[in-house]
Amino acid sequence: MTDRLSRRVFFAVAAGAAGAVIQDTVQAGRVYDPQRAGRSREPITALDTDAGIQATEKKLRCTCGCGLDIYTCRTTDFTCTYSPALHKDVLRLAGQGKTAQQIIAEFVKQYGEVALMAPPKQGFNLAGYLLPGVAIIVAGFFLVRTLRRWTRDAEAAAPARPTPPDATPAELERLRRELDRLDA
Amino acid sequence: MSLLGHLSLWLAFLVGLWGAITGFVGGAQSRPDLQQSARNATFALLGALLVAVISLEIAIFRHDFSLEYVAAYTSRNLPTFYLWSALYAGQKGSLLFWATVLSLFAVLAQVLTSRRHRAYLPYVAAVTCTVATFFIAVMLFADANPFQRLGFTPIDGRGMNPQLQNPGMVFHPPMLYLGYISITIPFAFAIAALLTKKLDSDWLVAVRKWTLVSWLFLSIGLILGMWWAYVELGWGGYWAWDPVENAALLPWLVMTAFLHSVMIQEKRGMLKKWNLALILGAWLLSIFGTFITRSGVISSVHSFTQSSVGYFFLGFLLVAAIASAILYVKRLPLLEAEATLESMVSREASFLFNNLLLIGIAFSVLWGTLFPILSEAIKGTKVTVGPPFFNQVNVPLGLALLAMTGIGPLIAWRRASLPNLRRQFAVPLTSCVFVLLILLVAGMRDIGALIAFSIGGFVLATIVQEFARGARARHRQYGEPVILGLFQLLSRNRRRYGGYIVHVAIVLLFVAFAGMAFKTETQATLRPGETATLQGPDGHVYSFTHLGVSQYNTMNRQVTAVLLDVGRDGKPFGRMRTEKRQHVDALGNPTFEPSTEVGIMSGLRVDLYVVLAGLVNGTEQAVFRFTINPLVWWVWFGGLVLVVGGLIVLWPGGAAVPVKGSKTSAVQAGYAVKLEAER
Repeated sequence: MTDRLSRRVFFAVAAGAAGAVIQDTVQAGRVYDPQRAGRSREPITALDTDAGIQATEKKLRCTCGCGLDIYTCRTTDFTCTYSPALHKDVLRLAGQGKTAQQIIAEFVKQYGEVALMAPPKQGFNLAGYLLPGVAIIVAGFFLVRTLRRWTRDAEAAAPARPTPPDATPAELERLRRELDRLDA
Repeated sequence: MSLLGHLSLWLAFLVGLWGAITGFVGGAQSRPDLQQSARNATFALLGALLVAVISLEIAIFRHDFSLEYVAAYTSRNLPTFYLWSALYAGQKGSLLFWATVLSLFAVLAQVLTSRRHRAYLPYVAAVTCTVATFFIAVMLFADANPFQRLGFTPIDGRGMNPQLQNPGMVFHPPMLYLGYISITIPFAFAIAALLTKKLDSDWLVAVRKWTLVSWLFLSIGLILGMWWAYVELGWGGYWAWDPVENAALLPWLVMTAFLHSVMIQEKRGMLKKWNLALILGAWLLSIFGTFITRSGVISSVHSFTQSSVGYFFLGFLLVAAIASAILYVKRLPLLEAEATLESMVSREASFLFNNLLLIGIAFSVLWGTLFPILSEAIKGTKVTVGPPFFNQVNVPLGLALLAMTGIGPLIAWRRASLPNLRRQFAVPLTSCVFVLLILLVAGMRDIGALIAFSIGGFVLATIVQEFARGARARHRQYGEPVILGLFQLLSRNRRRYGGYIVHVAIVLLFVAFAGMAFKTETQATLRPGETATLQGPDGHVYSFTHLGVSQYNTMNRQVTAVLLDVGRDGKPFGRMRTEKRQHVDALGNPTFEPSTEVGIMSGLRVDLYVVLAGLVNGTEQAVFRFTINPLVWWVWFGGLVLVVGGLIVLWPGGAAVPVKGSKTSAVQAGYAVKLEAER
């Protein structure tokens, strides 16, 4: 979501890009004991399902300690009071015309880098992203070097190959083919 | 009963201590009396811990809420099925379970080890007793005693966390524990080999099956954990790169590396240092995982509450790591290879690259898991390392590993010639390109999924080729029909062909993981009679019609259930239900916040996944999240195939079968090939 969430986008989303609700309305009666069904929910709005809002929320961590992003937490853990509040913050900032990047920056300003689902790729965090790859490349380099040394040592240590006494080239070729088959 | 359990713990502690001392001293001084005493101590340890477990189970079943543990994790109306699992539902009980299972494995190691490996057994007894004693010490001295009494006896207990009241959670933790715990046996043999200086490949024979047992249990535990997360937690996925999930994955990766590289040591006498390091590393990582789970030092949804127990584990981990490292370094001169690598293009080299990737992935997972701690320590900044980080770092490595799964078996041992490579790779590479083209023509554009599916095609083709060649060779040799030939291949060389079945499972899992890139989801608020529609990644349009809300009481919960009529492309497709559950104690008082039960309609192509978020203002108007997850069924099927493949490899026998019609007692495994001139 890099564009501003304009009214046009709002109505486009409201028209139902991903899913649609077909109304065949029956009056919703009250249930016997609402307490059993947990906290009362607000009806879903078009902005709740907006792909841009969801994408932004998937980059921001819920602060309840669940380890999930805001979108996943608010649509999964319905006992969490943090993610609905954070979702409202995202909607408020989007309503102010802020871009996704600006919303994310606001969250980082308020909660610190811990608000992000992955650390930003800058400074010390680069070590986090690059070290595994670098370590594997370095280890791979040393592995190749070691393997080369081993193969060289093996060749140096190998006794001169005796010539088979009475094998014709055709027989040798046939033997080679069969050894290949056995190796396979 | 609690007094008996408490006394049993103390007895087990003393017996364990005795077994550790007599094992080490008896081994070092070659004293048969002490060695026998150490062996007996493992039996006594198991006996004492079994008494403790039975005491705790009796207290749980009798609802003895004077015990803090029983009151904290059970209630009078908790279904019997979950009373059993209450043993390991909490920190203290799970420590007891851990120590008991370890002592059982310690006894099995003493009983099942063949005579020619008897030299290792005193030290094996000593190491297993040491580890078990540590766990008992944690219970006794770190405020983690499951027999601790309350100052009063409550009328009812708090009950079990609703998310643990799921069949997956009954089996997932013990399987994971069995995997974690049984790594101690290969570790104990490795330490015994280091102490006895018997470091030829003989000790590997003793530990290979144990490692396979651990690997298999850990695999089952991981798959069950994924299943539980999928059906119970409700976020629509099965792997979230949570620190505790990562902690279980780490030893699994290292053991997988070992199970490949051990073949090089067995066949060529190479990689002795590496294999020993892998076994030591796998065990240390299992203790590291335990530390993460139990310390609360890293935030995780799975972890037990923060407690001092974690620091006991950290201390133990450090002491064990240092002691193992010192012993390992001292024995390095005895670990020289008996042969050298003949060619860079050989099965041995490919296994080493496979090991590089497996250990590389393990390192990146460990690094990502620990990075928040490092960042806070070095930079003073708290960061979150979530799925975006792990996916970015590990997906390319995982795809490379998948490719190696296919490449490895195609390359010959010792040295592969160019014609041999050409012949081996022709069909698999053609299959890879064919799959890629088909998917491109079908309109798939997701790069990650395209790579995963086409590499999957390559690996499957290598496996099919291996089975086909084997069956064909048996047909030529013995005139066996193809089906019988395939069966004979499996039964006579279980390790090789069982391994290929495991590779099939890995392909299925990777393809299923890649499928999640195409999931679709939406949220909707529906009154009874209203319908939400969602386009699935399989091209069908699914409709979900809210039929109504019902409320009723059952067992230990009050249920609010919503029934939905499901349609596909306008035609009836079935019904789904999703629930809110309010768990209550025996007096009808709510015990936890209401939990959500996901509605799942599983199919080969897609899973329909419905979550009831809640009701609007106490009316039947309900808020839902609808998700269509592609290929999830294949994750569970892949897991099943993995277990079947692992069991085939593990099954005793299979390698030493006399050749039919042979005058000598020569053995034949797999298939034989006749030279061309003999045909």
